[in-house]
Amino acid sequence: MSFFQIILIYTCIYALMAIGQNLITGYGGMLSLCQAGFFAIGSYTTAILTTTYGWNFWMTLPVAVLISAFCGFMIGMPTLRLKGDYLAIATLGFGEIVRNVINNWDSLTNGPMGIQKIPQAAIFGFRFNPYKKTAFLILLIVIIAITYFLFRRLARSRMGRALAAVREDEIAAASMGINTTKYKVAAFILGGSVAGIAGSFQAVYILSVTPGTYTFMVSIMVLCMVVLGGMGNFLACILGAFIIQFISYFPQLTGLTNIIPAQAKQIIFGLILVVMMIWRPQGIVGREKFNYSGVKKSRKGAK
Amino acid sequence: MGELLTIDNIDVCYGNIKALSNVSMHVDQGDIVCLIGANGAGKSTLLKAIVGLEGLTAGQITYDGEVICQAKKTRHTTDQIAKMGISLVPEGRRVFADMTVEENLDMGAFMVRDQAKIAKKKEEMYDFFPILGARRKQKTRSLSGGEQQMMAIARALMSSPRLILLDEPGLGLAPLIIQDIFNKISLINQQDKVTIFLVEQNARMALRASSKGYVMENGRIVLADEASKLLTNERVRAAYLGQ
Repeated sequence: MSFFQIILIYTCIYALMAIGQNLITGYGGMLSLCQAGFFAIGSYTTAILTTTYGWNFWMTLPVAVLISAFCGFMIGMPTLRLKGDYLAIATLGFGEIVRNVINNWDSLTNGPMGIQKIPQAAIFGFRFNPYKKTAFLILLIVIIAITYFLFRRLARSRMGRALAAVREDEIAAASMGINTTKYKVAAFILGGSVAGIAGSFQAVYILSVTPGTYTFMVSIMVLCMVVLGGMGNFLACILGAFIIQFISYFPQLTGLTNIIPAQAKQIIFGLILVVMMIWRPQGIVGREKFNYSGVKKSRKGAK
Repeated sequence: MGELLTIDNIDVCYGNIKALSNVSMHVDQGDIVCLIGANGAGKSTLLKAIVGLEGLTAGQITYDGEVICQAKKTRHTTDQIAKMGISLVPEGRRVFADMTVEENLDMGAFMVRDQAKIAKKKEEMYDFFPILGARRKQKTRSLSGGEQQMMAIARALMSSPRLILLDEPGLGLAPLIIQDIFNKISLINQQDKVTIFLVEQNARMALRASSKGYVMENGRIVLADEASKLLTNERVRAAYLGQ
């Protein structure tokens, strides 16, 4: 059971990132590959503030959000004019820059050694130590639920409409009076911020951070979760996160590590993506369809 | 009637290539003005410059007494220009293909905050273009080219603009459909008092619908006159009307 809880905890952490990615990619149609960068920023903000400066974990969360949001703004502004694969490469560059800065800024981040002994999070004297996985899981589920409702509300608002128009045709959107710059940067800021929150929770769950955790593969996995679940559907992203995490840990979970090597997960991911792209490009669940009076219309997949 | 849109000696360059040079023209309030020219003459570039999608290297553009674009100085963004009451129907229609007709019209009314007004405007559009009313719940992707063009025009009208810029409304459509669309354009001009500036390759259709016309060749305005006079002009007849 305990191992299954670990999978669920990682599902929650990655689902947070996937929700952010969904706003950027699923709604805004921007192929961003830098969730790992925001994830790292969140983790290191929490790690540095709690260890070096002795801050309380909860105090570091808003700082992590602010720094991630600022980085979202910094990456959003110059890459606005880029689309598709060009945007993917530019954002990928940002993710790698973050990791390399962390790897080399020894005085602040302790370089490749990372930061250990991060204090556990506590709430009213109750400590979320590594043996209380259920408590940590409940905490994460609460955070996911809040994020989910906020982002879903956002997607149904004016901003969601504007992003839908930008996704379909940017020039047409602009000539409708939609400030495309504003909404695209806003998507980057908000999407990056939740990835920062995910990073903070990752830091207090593992209780140590090392640059090796925040590789390009993280961004790819998050993108896979969104594509697998269904672009433009927040609940589907959470489902996608669970499926991908479950596959990742399947060999360990079933004790089949002798038969299925851990590395096989990459092959399985690849296969799933190929199969999905051919037979169900809209994802398992498909886009959630809103009309603008706010009443939900159900629709399974794109026609 | 005063000048609504004034284009004053503008140049537009793509890198080293000059797409527009010394272009001057004006659109009077309440008029239908057309710009005709062959492929690559610079017609679409001019529209892009008006809505702020391309910067100017010389000259300025004034709308309703306000400079909206000036070389190396002011350049309003497309959405700011849309808010000032200029609505562009882009080349190739650029409809939101995955949305229904109704959702497209809703998008057109993005700037309008009053729900009742949006609903009223939509009903007007469905009355004006009955085919759109019949297909309001249908995905725009499934509409024919002519229907999509009508929807693009309806979408541009949703924000109640003062000036509509039409980029080749007849592109890729059958002559009868083009005729239908031009009839609608004339009606919009007469009934709603919307000023129209249209760019078209189909010179005869465009000139018949307009009161004033400009002819563009290689990035320059070579002729400017009343549309009826252009229709009988030797040069226009030889180059654009095939006579």
